[in-house]
Amino acid sequence: MRRFSWFNATSLTLGFVFLYLPMVILVIYSFNASKLVTVWAGFSTRWYGELMQNEAFLDAAWVTLQVAVSSSTIATVLGTMAAYVLVRGGRFLGRTLFSGMIYAPLVMPEVITGLSLLLLFIGIGLDRGIFTIVLAHTTFSMCYVSVVVSSRLVSFDKSLEEAARDLGCTPMQSFWLVTLPIIAPAVLSGWLLAFTLSLDDLVIASFTAGPSATTLPIKIFSAVRLGVSPEINALSTIMIAIVTVGVISASLVSKRSVARQQREELEAVKS
Amino acid sequence: MTQTVFAPWEEPREKPLIQFKNVTKRFGSFTAIDNLTQDIYEREFFALLGPSGCGKTTMMRMLAGFEEPTTGQILLAGQDMAKVPPNERAVNMMFQSYALFPHLSVWDNIAFGLKRMNMPKGEIEARVDEMLRLTRLERFAKRKPHQISGGQRQRVALARSLARAPKLLLLDEPLGALDKKLRQDTQFELMDIQEKTGTTFVIVTHDQEEAMTVASRVAVMDEGKIIQVATPDKIYEEPNSRYVADFIGDVNIIEGTAKKVGEDGYDITWAEGQEPFHAKSNLEMSDGQKAYIAIRPEKIAVSMDKPDGAYNSIKGKIVDIAYLGNISTYHVEIPGGKTIKAQTANTRRLSRRSFTWEDDVWLSWTLTAGSVLEQ
Repeated sequence: MRRFSWFNATSLTLGFVFLYLPMVILVIYSFNASKLVTVWAGFSTRWYGELMQNEAFLDAAWVTLQVAVSSSTIATVLGTMAAYVLVRGGRFLGRTLFSGMIYAPLVMPEVITGLSLLLLFIGIGLDRGIFTIVLAHTTFSMCYVSVVVSSRLVSFDKSLEEAARDLGCTPMQSFWLVTLPIIAPAVLSGWLLAFTLSLDDLVIASFTAGPSATTLPIKIFSAVRLGVSPEINALSTIMIAIVTVGVISASLVSKRSVARQQREELEAVKS
Repeated sequence: MTQTVFAPWEEPREKPLIQFKNVTKRFGSFTAIDNLTQDIYEREFFALLGPSGCGKTTMMRMLAGFEEPTTGQILLAGQDMAKVPPNERAVNMMFQSYALFPHLSVWDNIAFGLKRMNMPKGEIEARVDEMLRLTRLERFAKRKPHQISGGQRQRVALARSLARAPKLLLLDEPLGALDKKLRQDTQFELMDIQEKTGTTFVIVTHDQEEAMTVASRVAVMDEGKIIQVATPDKIYEEPNSRYVADFIGDVNIIEGTAKKVGEDGYDITWAEGQEPFHAKSNLEMSDGQKAYIAIRPEKIAVSMDKPDGAYNSIKGKIVDIAYLGNISTYHVEIPGGKTIKAQTANTRRLSRRSFTWEDDVWLSWTLTAGSVLEQ
């Protein structure tokens, strides 16, 4: 263990305060009894109760959940396939271009992604609603999935797949029976990442959402323009909780699998 | 004596199980296998031996179906294997890394290949149990690969590859990850299992001792070509080139010029003013041709006095002694500055060593001790 020093402690505190003070304030005020957001009038869970009565928010929450689950699932399938081709496909024509294009949306400004999707949907005459948000979220979150999955595949011992082939598997069977079960933790953490990204996306969703479907972040954003209500604080707190749980479990899943892998490798070396 | 020796390669009527016919394999501009032709027979334990990069692993991967020959043909039991994918070949492979499926138990690893064969459940169970017995793994059936030792993992890999009863089993450096003691035990186990199952084994190794121990025939490879194929004793005692002599075991190689003497003997003149060395050989060489004589250190005797009646003897000075317990190796400098290695067995315990550094000694060997090589 390193020794404790004042310098380290100060840096740590400053960093955390900078990152989390706004959120802590939001969480605290979500338990405020007063209707005025900036005046503390004692602890209460009143706003959580009122939130549960607010149909508009509940509808938006339901839409958001549907979008997050379906877009992250599709993104996981597509992203895993893309990662597999990139890592295992060997050299094929346009490989470099393909890998560049897979990762480009990671750095593409969301406004541009949203705008171009909007133009596409209008162009092909697709009515905006849940379906278009799902498409849009799939597009950008599959890149994240493919990054996570391909980093796992790179360290995957190729001879395992060869062994499966050698023991009578078709390429398809070897993927389902050997590759997928072994990379499952990475696929799962990719899914959780995509889920979280979809849950809190505002920019792309606002371009691709229609009057029939509004996601929670859009709802909050438009409500705030009419003034911050304590209900929104409560809602935001719930969202922070969900995202936190999602991110932590994604990192736990991948950390556990890395730890297990390292342990197995260590044991293999020892024996 | 009517005892039959296992040597199908000397039987012209015998049909080979595997035939390499003018096989060439290139990776880009690199030629891994260079126009190679070789037969391997049923029930053989065939070893491919060579340094890394000599093409031995490529040969094995072509047999398994992971690589296709660039030109030429590979036949298995008379059938051309081109375009037959790995999963449809009656060939199984034991991987160097064992490639055990980490998410499956030992039992499921062994059953994996059987389940792909549409075998009834009862038969699969019986077969897996049989394999577990064969490799003495019954107690570990429920464990995962990371919960067993390296030696046990090696046996799981063997059991898994044997379970489908392949015509041909390929072993890629199967004992590389084991320590020396365990490796030696496992070599005998492998031979035992090969005999019990009657499967043809092709083993790839860079460990010459391993190849010599287990194989019925050894193929010494270099740069995509097979330099010599023969039984282990022939490879050791009658190498066909300096490369093979040097690759297998320890050897002294002396360069000189040949001169035929009598029916089957040669005098090898190796230095001005020194008596030529004498050796027997069936080679046909012209007088004055460049030739090499290869002598194993253990075939050279060391003595204080000039031995009477020795065909080859030379005086030298001990420059180094390596005591290895069972044997001692003397490095003796002979006139002309060349160092010759000679070995003596330490048959008596704690006997006083008779020679020491800087001693003048005589080295001697018989007519048949050295092999004459053209290249």
